[in-house]
Amino acid sequence: MDIFEFPPGREGYYGEYGGVFLPEILQSTIQELQECFRKCKNDEKFWSEYIEILKNYSGRPTPITYLPNLSKQLGGAQIYVKRDDLNHTGSHKINNVIGQGLLCKRLGKNRVIAETGAGQHGFATATMAARFGLDCTIYMGEVDVARQRPNVFWMENLGAQVISVTDGQKTLKDAINECMRDWVSNMADTHYVLGTACGPHPFPEMVSWFQSVIGLEAREQLLELTGSLPDRVYACVGGGSNAIGIFQGFLDSDSVELIGCEAGGLGVESNLHAARLAYSDASVGVAQGFKTYFLQNGQGNMLKTHSIAAGLDYIGINPIFSYLWEEKKVRFEAATDEEVKEALRLTMRSEGLIPALETAHAFVTAIKEAPHMGRNEIILINQSGRGDKDIFTIADALDDQKWKSFINEKSDQYHREKY
Amino acid sequence: MSLAEYIQEKRKTKDILIMAHVVCGYPSFEDNIRALEIMQSAGVDLVELQFPFSEPSADGPLFVQANEESLKSGTTIGQCFDFMKEATTLFSFKVLMMGYYNTVFKMGEEEFLRRLVKAGGTGFILPDLPLEEAVNIHSLAIEKDLAPIILMTPTSSNERLAKLGAASRGMVYVVARKGVTGSKTVIGDNVLKLIEQCRKHTDVPIAVGFGIGGRKDVDALRGHADVAIVGSAALRAWKRSGASGLQDLFLSLSR
Repeated sequence: MDIFEFPPGREGYYGEYGGVFLPEILQSTIQELQECFRKCKNDEKFWSEYIEILKNYSGRPTPITYLPNLSKQLGGAQIYVKRDDLNHTGSHKINNVIGQGLLCKRLGKNRVIAETGAGQHGFATATMAARFGLDCTIYMGEVDVARQRPNVFWMENLGAQVISVTDGQKTLKDAINECMRDWVSNMADTHYVLGTACGPHPFPEMVSWFQSVIGLEAREQLLELTGSLPDRVYACVGGGSNAIGIFQGFLDSDSVELIGCEAGGLGVESNLHAARLAYSDASVGVAQGFKTYFLQNGQGNMLKTHSIAAGLDYIGINPIFSYLWEEKKVRFEAATDEEVKEALRLTMRSEGLIPALETAHAFVTAIKEAPHMGRNEIILINQSGRGDKDIFTIADALDDQKWKSFINEKSDQYHREKY
Repeated sequence: MSLAEYIQEKRKTKDILIMAHVVCGYPSFEDNIRALEIMQSAGVDLVELQFPFSEPSADGPLFVQANEESLKSGTTIGQCFDFMKEATTLFSFKVLMMGYYNTVFKMGEEEFLRRLVKAGGTGFILPDLPLEEAVNIHSLAIEKDLAPIILMTPTSSNERLAKLGAASRGMVYVVARKGVTGSKTVIGDNVLKLIEQCRKHTDVPIAVGFGIGGRKDVDALRGHADVAIVGSAALRAWKRSGASGLQDLFLSLSR
């Protein structure tokens, strides 16, 4: 099944979902982008240049790690992890960003803008912009700036301007709105590096294409390691870019079950979560340039969302997933904040792996299901990001007293230096 | 009387019409009524009533805040339609709905148009609904003699303008510059040229908006556009000096 082969007149649609819903002023810009992307996708040289940079700059291919201790402890399926956390800048976000950076050069634009939630996409974009010599502005919700300061620190030191967004909920969706506002003013020299497989066409297709490198590698590596395909593949889903990335390696294999893991926040019926498909609170709508399932009220206004992981804290979902979910090609589950903390502890202690809080959602679901599977069965988890850079958030989440007193001492020291 | 006929009729005695903008429920519906009274007495010809939406991505900071505050105070679509009904009953200017497509989509296009007709609305402006996605709602609207307002912009190619022009009904909204609502536009040769270019592709009246701040801008559009759209400037005047500020602004435009 090629989800990117669109029927005539339905370009950019996955079933009922996707499309382009943008102000007229951006029509020519989005058309230019669509045409440029089409050329790049049909140009083998573009893809090989992309892979070459990922290899030399980001450390791809990332390995697959077998988790013998956790597998044994759970007593069921054998667990393997695709290590996209080992990328430069610490997550899969760099893949898409390098791809769009190359595309931006082809467009002849010298400035990039990006939204960021957890800060990983902003960090990756600032890194790419420094490397490619592009001006860079990152929009980030005020709430996220506060909870992801280390990433803000790196973005600024890499030369990007970080603008704190104070509208709305002050999180990822508001940063996207602000990017749109910048883009309608500056589209002549500015490319919008959207970080996830959401937004207007061609973004879902384009981001999926760049992230497909994860799935292509993983399929080959796992076959080499185990001689077989996985029985189940787990990935966390915020917008849904790492998940569509790894799933594309297995979409054609009916024996492989694909599981998207959303942010359950404070749990089902708490009204404080970001589970669009796993819970039943979302409905179909049109916002932020595309049609998909959104967490919204009956009047079409977006609901407040919540997650311990800023990168999953988003109202909408990859339109390709809305389609694949309805077609029963991908199953969706949710992990709560509490479950995430527990899974993180377990993964650190048993295997010495530190997944990002986002990624830990995929571990939760895999850990729940592994004991009910046979020992000859194989689980593959996409470790989309690493958690050590989330030290402030994770220390908070785990309520680590020693860390807190260290921060207090550090604060006292800065205070003494100042006065 | 259809929107185009209304504008053409009024243009016989006025060389430029004024369209004003109100965000429903901001600061409150009582304030909205007061604002509309001022607009009516100053001779405003058209008013767009914005239905607040949580993600107003085509709007600038002033309207973003207004949308947010209105929703926070509990404004519903039902209240917006009731308010529109009240406005079209009390006042003689024509009223258009302005908002984002999700408001319409969630309600269903047919139901939305039915309620718009019932509330006495003349048409609607949905800035995030591109022509390609508007085929159905446009044909439904035309059946009901409602004007689905098309936007033409400085980035639209001639080929695009031709497509937009062919679909235009009632009035065309020419976006004077790039960017979001609220910041200043200098009405110079480039804007007048844009209007001229748009005029080649449509027979319906032309309204110009985005950054029209006062008398000088309206004067510059006189003889070129049929309608000047005063949006953010009115909200800014209201926020700065209340009803009297708004009155001063609109009186200065009509004098």
